[in-house]
Amino acid sequence: MATMTYLQAISDAMREEMRADERVFLMGEDIGTFGGAFKVTDGFIDEFGATRVMDTPLAESAIVGCAIGAAVEGLRPIAEMQFSDFVSCGFDQLVNVAGKTYYRMGLSVNITVRLPSGGGFSGGPYHSQNPEAWFMHAPGLKIVAPSTAEDAKGLLIAAVRDPNPVLFMEHKHLYRRVKGDVPAGTYETPFTARVARPGEDLTVIAYGAMVHTALEATADLGSVEVLDLRSLVPLDEEAILRSVRKTSKVVIVDEANSTCAAGAQVAALIAEQAFEDLDGPVVRVATPDIPIPFSPPLEQAVLPQVDDVREAVRELLEY
Amino acid sequence: MATETARTELPADVTEHLTTEDRAGLLRAMLMMRGIEGRAMTLYRQGKVPGSFYDGFGQEAVSAGATWAMAAEDRLCILHRDLAAHVIRGVEPWRIFAQYMGRADGITRGRDGNVHFGDRTKGCVGMVSMLPDMMLIATGMAMAFKLRGEQRCAITWFGDGSTSRGDFHEAMNWAGVQKLPVIFVLENNQYAYSTPLDQQFAVNPIERAAAYGFPGVSADGNDPEAMFEVVRVARERALAGEGPTLVEAVTMRMHGHAAHDDMKYVPSEQVEEWRRKDPIDRQVKRLEALEVDTQAIRDEVKAEIEAAVERALASPMPDPDSVTDGLFADEPALLEDGNAPWSGFRSA
Repeated sequence: MATMTYLQAISDAMREEMRADERVFLMGEDIGTFGGAFKVTDGFIDEFGATRVMDTPLAESAIVGCAIGAAVEGLRPIAEMQFSDFVSCGFDQLVNVAGKTYYRMGLSVNITVRLPSGGGFSGGPYHSQNPEAWFMHAPGLKIVAPSTAEDAKGLLIAAVRDPNPVLFMEHKHLYRRVKGDVPAGTYETPFTARVARPGEDLTVIAYGAMVHTALEATADLGSVEVLDLRSLVPLDEEAILRSVRKTSKVVIVDEANSTCAAGAQVAALIAEQAFEDLDGPVVRVATPDIPIPFSPPLEQAVLPQVDDVREAVRELLEY
Repeated sequence: MATETARTELPADVTEHLTTEDRAGLLRAMLMMRGIEGRAMTLYRQGKVPGSFYDGFGQEAVSAGATWAMAAEDRLCILHRDLAAHVIRGVEPWRIFAQYMGRADGITRGRDGNVHFGDRTKGCVGMVSMLPDMMLIATGMAMAFKLRGEQRCAITWFGDGSTSRGDFHEAMNWAGVQKLPVIFVLENNQYAYSTPLDQQFAVNPIERAAAYGFPGVSADGNDPEAMFEVVRVARERALAGEGPTLVEAVTMRMHGHAAHDDMKYVPSEQVEEWRRKDPIDRQVKRLEALEVDTQAIRDEVKAEIEAAVERALASPMPDPDSVTDGLFADEPALLEDGNAPWSGFRSA
């Protein structure tokens, strides 16, 4: 067990898995010699060489498409989008090729696509997005979104070993802000939800960076449970319903734009299957449906802040 | 524009690498393709094929000739006008009919229609409707071969319309940069749906190959032996580590884009001109000069097709209760090797 940042845990996952399995290799823009825009693959090229830490042309559709081609030949590529925003250029390959190939032809597509996502540091409209819901709507893609260092490592290793395409949402704002104990060697974290803090009076459901926002916002508000989804596809419906049935009050937090976000799906699930268990309306806190602005006061005005979540929780507790 | 290379009379000696048996095999594959597609069109008109129907009438030589040059361990990303590729790799005709009819025994078990299939156990990946997407899949396969130091090659087909999309550029560029063992076959059949070449590109895409750092070669797409030879050379080049080749197969789409399309936008003289260059007629002439009994091949193909239709009609429709099965894989299911009938592989 070593203490690592979230970023170091992601690096550690890839390093350990590459040592253990020669089928695993990395591809992306500026990941080799430069070590990646966020230095996640710093030093990798020295240990594994340029063929397994492949600097690619600046072409996201090609990165995803070539990863698929390599995967159906038995390799296990981990492809990096330099920023998750850029996955829009690889959308077609993910949605139409990766997601549908097994269902159509029984040919499995073992790719992992890392998506450095999220805002909070003046990245502006093209370096701050949370595109996970675009892909939740596309059948055949798994999507995970860790909030802790330990889960970042275990979910990434599980993603690489999963025979299906997995999108790994790694939140940029957590890279160096979050630290934790991380087991040595390789281990898999299941694609299920995790109770980040147990409670009795209300459940806050979140994932990624918003788990930390939720924990901070509710630290002194009584017995509030925080459920960290960890996986968006598959969605751990049992864990969600179990928590809601226990507390009867739910606040769902998304950093993504509100409409059709992951939290909207969670709200629909609760409305359909736990309506009788509720003691108040399902409350959502999410980013409004506008691009993420650059200037700090504008950005803070749209991204859910600790005070926004605290206010929503307080109101619902009093309902 | 280097697009009018097809000739009515074929030279007897476009390649010295085919035995008489190979040349008869090429005819057989083309006859099988035309026969299956013609029979399936009848089934479509009888309401037994749901959706629409697409064929490659007149383009049989493009997939037959190219696939004949590919080894068992090579990989293919196949387009919807390339049925002969599936036939040569070993997909049984009855399963192709079952595929067209949405039956449980189709290659996709009713999950996808018409020619949208690839049998992974034969080293084939089926197309998606965004055609040049598959150029990147083939490029990725070639990348895997190179990463593992394997002497193998990937091939993919796409149309003239595909050259307008970004994935064409991304694949050609990536394959050129990494010098990958991949063959890009541009199936120039003069029309992308209704759009003619002069509305698709200002410069023939074959000339773009040089800009990506590898050769572009035009071939008579209505001659299976010319297609075989150009792909054989491209494959040798790929295996020697010299990188990709862009092959332009110059041909003509003799039917509409799909069954509903009466092709009124194509001048009748153009169709007539290409009818005289029919790849099957030409291969028959060649084989008759070699005293091969082509009628016997026709009879054999016809009988096999009729038996295949009967067997496919007996295949059940898929069970609606199974519709959500198999969205995700529990275990890896990868590509396997297919048939490679060329005599050159046996003697090698």
